[in-house]
Amino acid sequence: MTTMSSIMTVVRNASAPVRMHDRIGSWIAPAIMLAVLLAAPAVLSDFRIALLGKFLTFAMLAVSLNLIWGYAGMLSLGHGVFFGLGGYAMAMFLKLESAGGKLPDFMFWSGLTELPFFWAPFKYAWFAIPMTFVVPAVLAGALGYLVFRSRITGVYFALITQALALIVSILFIGQQAYTGGTNGITNYTTIFGYPLNAPSMQLILYYASVAALVAAYLLCWWLISSRLGRLLVAMRDDENRVRFSGYDPAVLKTLVFSLSAGIAGVAGALFTPQVGIISPTMMGIVPSIEIAIWVAVGGRGVLLGAVIGAVVVNGAKSGLSESFPAVWQYFLGLLFIGAVLLFPSGIMGLLRGEGWQRPWWLSREQVRGAISRLIPGATR
Amino acid sequence: MIGRTNNSASHNGSRPTPDLSKPILSVESLTVSFDGFTVLDELDLAIGYGEMRFLIGPNGAGKTTLIDVITGKSKPTKGRIIFDGTTDLSRRQEYQLVRLGVGRKFQTPAIFSSLTVYQNLEVTLGFRSRITGLLRKLRQGDGDRIMSTLEEVGLQHRAQDIAGGLSHGEKQWLEIGMLLVQEPKLLLLDEPVAGMTRRERDRTGELLQSIGGARSVLVVEHDMDFVRQFAQTVTVLHLGKVLSEGTMEEVQQDPEVVRAYLGNSRSQRPQAGRLNGRREAEHAAPVAAD
Repeated sequence: MTTMSSIMTVVRNASAPVRMHDRIGSWIAPAIMLAVLLAAPAVLSDFRIALLGKFLTFAMLAVSLNLIWGYAGMLSLGHGVFFGLGGYAMAMFLKLESAGGKLPDFMFWSGLTELPFFWAPFKYAWFAIPMTFVVPAVLAGALGYLVFRSRITGVYFALITQALALIVSILFIGQQAYTGGTNGITNYTTIFGYPLNAPSMQLILYYASVAALVAAYLLCWWLISSRLGRLLVAMRDDENRVRFSGYDPAVLKTLVFSLSAGIAGVAGALFTPQVGIISPTMMGIVPSIEIAIWVAVGGRGVLLGAVIGAVVVNGAKSGLSESFPAVWQYFLGLLFIGAVLLFPSGIMGLLRGEGWQRPWWLSREQVRGAISRLIPGATR
Repeated sequence: MIGRTNNSASHNGSRPTPDLSKPILSVESLTVSFDGFTVLDELDLAIGYGEMRFLIGPNGAGKTTLIDVITGKSKPTKGRIIFDGTTDLSRRQEYQLVRLGVGRKFQTPAIFSSLTVYQNLEVTLGFRSRITGLLRKLRQGDGDRIMSTLEEVGLQHRAQDIAGGLSHGEKQWLEIGMLLVQEPKLLLLDEPVAGMTRRERDRTGELLQSIGGARSVLVVEHDMDFVRQFAQTVTVLHLGKVLSEGTMEEVQQDPEVVRAYLGNSRSQRPQAGRLNGRREAEHAAPVAAD
């Protein structure tokens, strides 16, 4: 009997439908989505393309969060900060270009007479563009190493990153002369000498967002399909076992957190020129939590889920908040509760036919399961 | 894998061969106190190369604490732990000790439940690689090593199954396999047969006998039937000290040991039953149909 059933297990695992399913998930579905994104400008209006371009930077941000949350089990509630830092680095470059050698307007209004030293190098694209990755990656690396070395995990890590979102947004609001304060940095007109609001430039930025999203997706895909990716999942499952298997989880987590923050920063750098403004409202607690909602709705632990979640939730947001601005926040809250309790694998899970949890039976086990999927180790 | 460690040299065998007449693990007057409470008290213990040693003792004797200190989870208040002739283990991080060749199995199975059985071993096998090495594919030889280790622990037919779906006993074997694939010099097993059916227990005993010899094994165990059946040398720990050492028959007849297990209060009496008698409940447990 044992031999028979074991043979059956092997046969079942190697069977064609399973492989087909994997292939749909890993290549076919992303390829179809990419084709749709590339063809979209032929169908949609300039306004819609600008909107979609913005959503794609959010999708990239969601992919970066999914890498650390969905795979390595670290819920960051401060990813808005990293997105915002990348956005600010880009905005500094654009602002200096638009100021044309003069002091940016908001600095003049705040009484500054000369450019602060840390602003100066941002007039060079070769400096500013790498910084959109480097600044958030270094901040995440430094914070991460301190936190992970002290073996702070789970809920406490989420709280610390949330505190980071609060601190950084307050800092940026307070330092008006250097950051533009509440208004953020806006009123830039050109990029590399070309007008920023020309439809052709918006199209270029749209395609740049598609390219950056594809690059981030492939990078994360390559990581998670490697043995390092399995090690990240192993850390989510049992960090202690990883430590007692001869790895230093602090170093691994710091590296992946830092990489994720860098990707989020590049997404922010693409957001700024398309939307025309970056402000502290993009870095606060609420947007940082919203990112987690996109990932949860799309499907944690599936790269494509983050892309779908970001586009669907933001699409619904612009649709709903245009017609019913008052109900949007409630809808978002309900969506999150739904994604946690009722369809824990998100839209990807529903597409894969994993079905719903029974909503009327919120047993203790079900709630505990939902929470520990949200933050591994939270109910230990 | 992170940072340069010189211990990979020992793995390659470029270090001089250790003196096999000396112990692989030598615990020297080890004292561990928590908040003034002494758990291990000037403990001395030596385990030879290729030896399989069983560690028994009443609750609170300090067995798990000893394993914690050897694997870096707790730090000693006083004393040294010399491993493989030269290295003092007591000042190192957990992951560094693993790279030196000390493997630990936890009391409750600690495995990666959302990975497959094969991937569980693949993860632990990579422990000497750098990050960049982990981005490359596994070498053919390593894949074979994983499969032969799975065969050794009897899980080759479950290789592609998700580890979270294994039975309790299979999880215990998986964890042992995850350690074996790392080829540790010293294997520490904390209650490897806890919660197992009798059949699983016997298979585990056979597994331990087959892995002994090539490496040193220290087993902490509460199941006296199991110890009697598979142990050659037994060390009895009591109140943080070694009370007795020898074959199971010898230590069972040691009046000190009998007294320790009996204690002086009635409430500890069932422990005596665990040392000398048979565990009826254990035997009544249903044997899994295979």
